[in-house]
Amino acid sequence: MSDIGVDRWVAESEERDQRYTGWLGPGRRLLDRIPSGWKLVAFLGVVGLYPMFASQAGVRIGITVLLLAMLAIGLNVVVGWAGMLDLGYVAFYGFGAYFYAIVSSPHLPAHWPTWVSIPVIVVASALLGALLSLPSRRLIGDYLAIMTLFFAQVFIEVVRNYPRLPGIETDLTGGPNGITGVEPWELFGFAIDTFNRNFYLLLVLLGLVIVLLRNVDRSRTGIAWRALREDSLAAAHMTTPVNRLKMLAFAVGAAIAGLTGTVLASVQVGVFPNNFLLLFLITIYAALILGGLGSIPGAVIGAIAVAVSPEILRNPTAAGWLFYLALILLLVTVLREPLRITSVIIGVAGFGYLVRLAAVAIWGDTILGPANDAFLSEFLDAWALILGPAQDIASSYAFVLAIGGVLAVIVTKGWWRVALLIPTAYVAIFVWENKLALEPSITRQLLFGGVLVVMMAVRPQGLLGTRRVEIT
Amino acid sequence: MEFFLQQTVNGLTLGSVYALLALGYSMVYGVLKFLNFAHGEVYMFGAFAGYGVLTVLGGAAGLAVPVWLALTLMFVGAVVVSSGIGVALERFAYRPLRTASRLAPLISAIGASFFLQAAALLLFSANSRSYQAPTLIPIENSLTVGPISVWVVRILVIVTAVVLMILLTWWVRASRMGKAVRALSYDTEAAAMMGIDVDRVIVITFLIGSALAGVGGVMVGLVFGRVFHLMGFIAGLKAFTAAVVGGIGSIPGAMLGGLLIGFAEAYTTAFISSTFQNLIVFGLLIVFLLVRPRGFLGRPEVAKV
Repeated sequence: MSDIGVDRWVAESEERDQRYTGWLGPGRRLLDRIPSGWKLVAFLGVVGLYPMFASQAGVRIGITVLLLAMLAIGLNVVVGWAGMLDLGYVAFYGFGAYFYAIVSSPHLPAHWPTWVSIPVIVVASALLGALLSLPSRRLIGDYLAIMTLFFAQVFIEVVRNYPRLPGIETDLTGGPNGITGVEPWELFGFAIDTFNRNFYLLLVLLGLVIVLLRNVDRSRTGIAWRALREDSLAAAHMTTPVNRLKMLAFAVGAAIAGLTGTVLASVQVGVFPNNFLLLFLITIYAALILGGLGSIPGAVIGAIAVAVSPEILRNPTAAGWLFYLALILLLVTVLREPLRITSVIIGVAGFGYLVRLAAVAIWGDTILGPANDAFLSEFLDAWALILGPAQDIASSYAFVLAIGGVLAVIVTKGWWRVALLIPTAYVAIFVWENKLALEPSITRQLLFGGVLVVMMAVRPQGLLGTRRVEIT
Repeated sequence: MEFFLQQTVNGLTLGSVYALLALGYSMVYGVLKFLNFAHGEVYMFGAFAGYGVLTVLGGAAGLAVPVWLALTLMFVGAVVVSSGIGVALERFAYRPLRTASRLAPLISAIGASFFLQAAALLLFSANSRSYQAPTLIPIENSLTVGPISVWVVRILVIVTAVVLMILLTWWVRASRMGKAVRALSYDTEAAAMMGIDVDRVIVITFLIGSALAGVGGVMVGLVFGRVFHLMGFIAGLKAFTAAVVGGIGSIPGAMLGGLLIGFAEAYTTAFISSTFQNLIVFGLLIVFLLVRPRGFLGRPEVAKV
C-alpha cells in the first residue's frame, strides 16, 4: 500500500480529480460550487412547500421522515464521527419522549410549560448520555456496543414493568399501555397541535441541528472526534482529551434524540413502549448507513428512503413497481452487458412459462391464484406461477431457495452467473408475489437488515459519501 | 433445600446451553476479534431445524421411529442447518469486511441478525412452537439424585454439553486445526505468514461454533419447550455476556461464564422475581463489564497503536 505516511488530502486527490469527469461531472461541479448554506436553505424551502400539496396522511409520513432524519443525524455524531457503536441510542429517544409525556399530560399532576420542559429534557438527555458514556472510558468496540444494547434493554424493561418495580408507588410510565393524552408543544401561546404545524416545527429544529452540527464538525472538536474514530490511542498520544470527547459525542447524540422524542410524544399524543424497540433502532441505523456514515446530507437522504419505503410497501401497486424496478436495476448493475441483461430477462420469462406449464400439467389449474397487483397481473399471468393461499409452504421453500440462489449468484462469475440468475430471479419473483408483497412489515425488516449487510460489503461509504481513505 | 437443589439443576441445564452458545461467541471473537451478533439467530434456526425434523418424523405424539433415533436426527438436522447458516454468514456478511474499519463487521452482523429474525418470522410465523418433549420422553423417566428427581432429558442435556466441551477442549489443544485456531487468535498476520490457511480456519471456527449453537437450540427446545423467532436475541445477549464474564477468547472461560449466568438466572427467577429476571441479569452484567471487562479467565489486552 502506497498510502503509508500520506495525509488525507493527498490520499483523496485522485478521487477529487475523477470527481468532475464522466457524464455526471458537470453536474457535480455545479453542485459543489453552491455554498452548503444555500443548499440547506434550498432543501428546507423545497421541503417546506411539501405540506401545501400533501394530504394529511402525506404530512404524517413527512413527520416520520423528519423524526427519523433528526435521529439519524444525532446518531451520526456518535457512530459516524466519534466512531462508537451506540446501540442504546433508541433509549435516549424514549427517555425524551417519556420525560415530556410525564410533565405534559394529565397522567401525573406535574405540568410544565413547553419553554421549561424542552430545555430541561434536552439537558437531562445529554446528562444521561454522558452518564452512559462512562463505560466507554474502559470499553471499546464490541463491549461498548453490547453494553449500550443492555442499556436499551434495561430501559424498555423498566418502562414496561415500572409499576411492578419494588417500592414504587406512583406509576410513572404507565407500564405496557404507555401514557396517553400528552399535550402538544406550545410556544409563545401558539399550540403546535396539527400535523402541518408539527411538520414545520420539526423542519425548523432539523435546520437548527444541521447548522449547529455542521459548525461543530468543522471545529476542533469535530476534527478531534474523527481522530478518535481513526485511532483513539494515537489521538490520546497527541494530547486529545479522549474521554471528554467521547462523553461529549454521547451527550450531543443523546440530546438530539431526547429533543426528537419530545416531538414524537407531542405528535402522537402519547408514548408507548413499542415506539422504542430494537426494530426502530435498526431503522435508524439503516437510514444512517444507507446515506453514508459521517455525512449529514447522507443521513437526511437515508432517512427519507428508509421512512418512505414502508409506506410504499404498504401499497401493493407501488410495491410491485418498486420491486420490479429494483430487480431490473439490480440486473443492470450486476451484469452491465446488454446481451447478458436481455438474455436473463428473456430467460426468466421463458423459464417461468415452462414452470407454469409443468405445474399446471401436474397439479391442475387450481394452483393458480389471482396476482396481487391489478396492473401487472395480466403481464404476470402469462408466466409467473401464482399459488393460491393454501400453498403457503411452497413459498417458504421458495424463499430459502431464493436466498440460496442469490448467495450462489454472488460467488459465480461470467455466464455461470447469467445461467444462475435466471432461476434465481424467477424464484425471487415467485416469493415476492406469494409472500413478501403480502407481508409488508416483515419485508421491511428483511429490507433493513439486508441494507446493513449489503451496504457494508458493497458501499460502506453510503449512497452518496466518498470512499474513506485508510491511512496506515 | 429441595427447592434450592431443583433450581441448581435448572441453572445447570440453562447454563450448559448458554455455555454452548458462549463457546461460539468466544471462538469467533478469538480469531476475528469481533462480536458475531447473529450467533443467537443461528441458535434459533437450530431449534427450528430440530422442530422441523421432529415434525417430519411424525411429531412428539405419533413418532414413527424410536425416540433415540429421533433425538439423534434432530440434533443432526440442527447441526447441519446451523452450521450452514454460520458458514454462509462468514462467507457473505463478514469475509468481505475483514480489512474494513472496526465498525463495519459489527454493523453487518447486526443487520444479518435482524435479517435472520425477519426470515424466521416469514418462514415460521410469529407463533411459538413446542417440541412437547414430555410426550416424547415422559417426565416419569427421572433419576433420583439425593432428595430430588431429575428428568432424564435434563441429564441428557447436561451430559451432552459436558461431552461436547471436553471434545472441543481436546480439539483446540491437541489437533492440528485447533492449533491453527489458537495461532490465529494470537496473531492473524503472523499465522498467515507461517502458512496457515486463514480463510479455512475461520470457516471451521464458524462451522464448529454454529454447530454448537444448533445443539444448544435443540436442547432448549427439549427442556424449556418454546421455540419462536425472537428466542435468539435475548439468549444471544446472555450467552455473549457469559463469554465476557468468563473472559472472551478463552474456552474454559466460556463454559464457566455460561454456568454462572445460568445459575444467576435460575436463582433470580426462583427467589427474586421472574418479571425482572432479564433486568437483574443485565444489571449484573453491566456491573461486571465495568469492573472486570476481561472476565475471570481472560488475558488483559495490550493496546498497540
